[in-house]
Amino acid sequence: MATINELRERIHADSSEEIVAEYLEKIEKSKLNAFITVSKESALLQAREIDSKGHEGPLAGIPIAIKDNISTKGIQTTCASKILTGYVPPYDAHVIEKLKAAGAIIIGKTNMDEFAMGSSTETSFYGPTLNPWDTKRVPGGSSGGSAAAVAGGEAPVSLGSDTGGSVRCPASFCGVVGLKPTYGVISRYGLISYANSLEQIGPFGSCVRDVATIFDVIAGHDPRDSTSVNREANYSSALKNDVKGMKIGIPQEYFGEGTDKNVERSVRDAINTLEGLGATTIDIKMPNTKYALSAYYVIAMSEASSNLARFDGMRYGLRTEDSDWHTTFSQVRAAGFGDEVKRRILLGTYALSAGYHDKYYLKALKIRTLIKQDFERAFADVDVLIAPTMPYPAFKIGEKIDDPISLFLSDVDTVPVNLAGVPSISVPCGFTNGLPIGMQIIGKHFDEASILRAAFAFEENTDFHTRQPEGS
Amino acid sequence: MYENPDGVMIGLEVHVQLNKLKTKVFCGCSTDYHNDPPNSHVCPVCLGLPGSLPVINRKAVEAAIKIGLALNCKVEEHTQFYRKNYYYPDLPKGFQITQYDFPISSGGYITIEGEDGELKVGITRAHMEEDPGRLVHEGTIDKSKYTLIDYNRSGMALIEIVSDPDMRSPKEARRYLDKLRNIVEYLDIFDGDLEGALRVDANISIMGGQRAEIKNISSHKGAERALLFEIVRQKNVLRRGGVVVQETRHFDEAREITISMRSKEEAHDYRYFPEPDLVPLKISGWAPAIKATLPELPDARRMRFVEQYGITDDHAKALTSELKLAIFYEDVAKKADPKMAAVWVCDVLKGELNYRDLTVDAFKKENMQKIIELLASKKITEDGAVDIIRTLLDKGGSPDEIVKEKGLLKVEGDIVATAAEEAIKENQQAVADFRAGKEKALNSLVGAVMKKTKGRADARTAREMLLEKLG
Repeated sequence: MATINELRERIHADSSEEIVAEYLEKIEKSKLNAFITVSKESALLQAREIDSKGHEGPLAGIPIAIKDNISTKGIQTTCASKILTGYVPPYDAHVIEKLKAAGAIIIGKTNMDEFAMGSSTETSFYGPTLNPWDTKRVPGGSSGGSAAAVAGGEAPVSLGSDTGGSVRCPASFCGVVGLKPTYGVISRYGLISYANSLEQIGPFGSCVRDVATIFDVIAGHDPRDSTSVNREANYSSALKNDVKGMKIGIPQEYFGEGTDKNVERSVRDAINTLEGLGATTIDIKMPNTKYALSAYYVIAMSEASSNLARFDGMRYGLRTEDSDWHTTFSQVRAAGFGDEVKRRILLGTYALSAGYHDKYYLKALKIRTLIKQDFERAFADVDVLIAPTMPYPAFKIGEKIDDPISLFLSDVDTVPVNLAGVPSISVPCGFTNGLPIGMQIIGKHFDEASILRAAFAFEENTDFHTRQPEGS
Repeated sequence: MYENPDGVMIGLEVHVQLNKLKTKVFCGCSTDYHNDPPNSHVCPVCLGLPGSLPVINRKAVEAAIKIGLALNCKVEEHTQFYRKNYYYPDLPKGFQITQYDFPISSGGYITIEGEDGELKVGITRAHMEEDPGRLVHEGTIDKSKYTLIDYNRSGMALIEIVSDPDMRSPKEARRYLDKLRNIVEYLDIFDGDLEGALRVDANISIMGGQRAEIKNISSHKGAERALLFEIVRQKNVLRRGGVVVQETRHFDEAREITISMRSKEEAHDYRYFPEPDLVPLKISGWAPAIKATLPELPDARRMRFVEQYGITDDHAKALTSELKLAIFYEDVAKKADPKMAAVWVCDVLKGELNYRDLTVDAFKKENMQKIIELLASKKITEDGAVDIIRTLLDKGGSPDEIVKEKGLLKVEGDIVATAAEEAIKENQQAVADFRAGKEKALNSLVGAVMKKTKGRADARTAREMLLEKLG
C-alpha cells in the first residue's frame, strides 16, 4: 500500500503511466474480484496526457477506484446489477468531475452489493469480492470492492458510498480508513440513489491523510444537488497530532450484546490511547439507539422502492423480449434484479402503501427525529463519540447470506449515524485472529475537522494502519 | 334561478403547461422544442438517468405563485414536493414529482358567467408538478403495434388547478375553462396556442350519484362535448335502472364519446411521500413582491375599458376575453376613435378572423387604424371597410392600395346626384309605385344608384338624394 505522497514522488520521478500500469497489472492478476469494470485504455490515456502536461493538480496522475454506483461518462456503471449491465452513462457524477479536474485517474469501477443493498458485497450480480486478509471472508459492504482494492494494493485510494454504513463497514473489515461525511457536504449528483435521504459518497485510503486529501477535492457545493450545502473548508489542515482537551463520549449502547469481546477490547484500548494523549472521556447514553435499525430499514427500503422504479428497460440497461409495456416492465425487473433488491423493493412498497404508510414510514421518520436528538444531546457535552464500527470482524462468505435479518443486524452501530446525518470515520484499531478491527469516530454536523484530527492523532501514535495483508 | 334539472355537478382538473418559461421545471433544458425533432431537448435529469437529481426552477415557483394569486388563492409559506409512484412508459423515473400535502396555493375562486348570472367557482388548490413525456402511437392507441416516446415534454412545468365541483352544466364548464385560460394568458407564463398547453380531466356526476372522471380532454370544445355525452350516458344508465359506477373514462375526441378504461381500473395506490432530493421550499415573503408585479387581469381590464374608452360592457368583455385582442384594441384605440375601434374590432374583425381560423396576430394594428380613419373621414363606406379587411386577410397589401385598386373611395355628391336622376328617369314604374305609397319601391331605386356608381356611393346618401329629388 502506497500513500498519495509516496506516489506523488514516484510520479514526479518516473511517470503516472508507469504507476497506473503497475496498478492495472495488480488488478489483472488479483483473485479478489474487487472490480467490475477496469478502464484500462482510458486510464493509460489519461495518465499519458497528465504526464505530457506536467502533473498539475492535487491528485495529478494518482489512480483512484470508483464504486460502481457512481456515474462515470463512457465507463460502464452497473450498480453490480444485471439490470444495468451494459449501461454506459453519458455524464460524470459531480465527484468524478472534481477528481478529473484534480488530475486523478479513474482506473476502474469496483464491486459492491447490488444497488448498495447489503453489508458483505455478496449480493453483487458479478459475484462476491474476497477479503484480502482472508479470502474465505467477506470484505464487508456495500462498498466492499472499493475497500478491498485499497487493502489489497489494487488502488491507493477509492470512493464508496455510505447509506447505512457502506463505507465504514468494509473499511473496518478490510483494515483501511473510510469516511462518511456529513449529509450534504459532498454532492450526490451522479450517485445512483439507494436511499437518498441517508447516503453520502465517501473516500477510502490507507491512511487518514489520504482520505482527507480526497475529501478536500470532492467536497463542496454543487447547485445540481438541492441537498448540497455551501460551506468552505480545508480538511487536510485539520490533521494535527493533538487531541489535548478533546472530549470523547463513549456511547454505552454501542458496546452492547452481540459485540465481539476482542472488538470491544480493541476499541476501549484505542480510547485509552487517546486519553493518554490528553483527551478526556465520558460515558454517554443514547437511549433511542435500539430503534435505529428498524427505522433505518423502513426509510431506506421505502425510498429504494421508489428510486429503483426507473429501471424498466425502456431507455437503457437490460431489455427482455418485447411485449406490451406492463408485461415488459415486469419481465425486465424480474430478470434484472437479485433477491435482496426485490426483497427491499417489496418491503419498501409495503411500508409506503395506503393503510401502512403511517404505521411504518411515518413512525420511522419520528424515530429518526429521536435519534437525531440523541446525538444533539450527546454533542452538547462532547466533541466526538467513539464506538466499534462493526460489532464483529469480517465473517465468512456464505455465513449470513441466507439469513437477511442477521445481516441487517450487523449494521446496528453504523445506521444511527446516517439517520442523524452526522459524519463518522472508521480507522483500523486492532486485530483479532488476523482480521482487522475498526473503530468509528463520530462528529457533530459539519465537524469533520474534529474526527479527522482524532483519527490522525491515533494513527500517528499507533501502527495498525501500516499492517498489510499478505500479497498486497 | 337555474334549476339544474339533472343535478349535474362538475369539477375540473386543469393542467396548464408553463410553456413561456425558458427552461423546464427541474433541469436547464429549453422549453422551445415545438419545431424540433423528438428527444432533442433532453438531459440526464429529464430523462431520469440513474444518479441525476432535480433542482427547482425558481421562475416556475414564481409563476405558480402568480397563478395562485390570480385565482384568489392563499399562497403558502412553505411548500413541499412529493413523489407520486406509478409505472408508465412516458414517466422516465417511475414516479412523478408533484405536490400533495402543502401545495403551493389553495382555497381560491374565479367568477364566470353562469346559467343564471355570475357564478363563483371555487379553486380547491393549484399545485406544481412535472409533465411526463409524450407517447406517440401509429394509428389509434388500441391498434398501434408500438409506442414511440418523445421526452422533449418530460419535465415541463405544469400547474394543476383543481376546482370545486361547482359547475352545473357543460356550458359553465366551458366558460370556466375560457376564463381560466384567459387569466393564465394574461400572466404571460403560458401560450395556449401551443400543442398540449392545456389539458383537462373532468369529474362529473348527476343526481347525487357516483362520479366519472374523464381523461384526455385537450380543448374547451372537447370538454363541453365530453360532458354533454357523459350526462346523456349517465342519464341512460339511470333510466335503465342501473347505477353509475365511479370510474375513469377516456374521451375519444374523434368520435366525441367517452370510453371506460377498464384495464386501468385497478385502484391506484400512488404511495405519496416527500421527495428526498428536494428540500422543503420556504416561500414566505415571495407572494407580496410577486403580487406587486401582477399584471392587470381580465375583469379589471374590462371595467377599465368601459370607463376609459366609453365602450359598451359587451364590447369590453369580448375585447378582454383574449389577451392578444385586448392589447390589439388598445393599440388601435391610441390613434383611432375608441368607440369605432371597439365596433370594428369586435363586430367585424373578430368574426372575419374566426371564419378563417386566424388569431389577431394576422392583422396589423396600423391597418385597422387606417381603416377607421378612412371611415371617420367618410372617405369609404362601411361595405368598403369590410371589403378592405377581407382583402387584407386573404391577399395582403395595404388599405390605401386596396382602396385604389378596387376604387373604393366614396364618390362625390354630384355623381350620386346624376346617378339618382338617371335612376328616376329609367325606373318610372318604381317611381310611380313609391308615389302610390309603396315605401319598398325606394329600395330598388337605391339599388339602381348603387349599380350605376359601382357600389361606391354611400347607400344612406343615395337614399336621401332620391327622396329629395322625388319630394
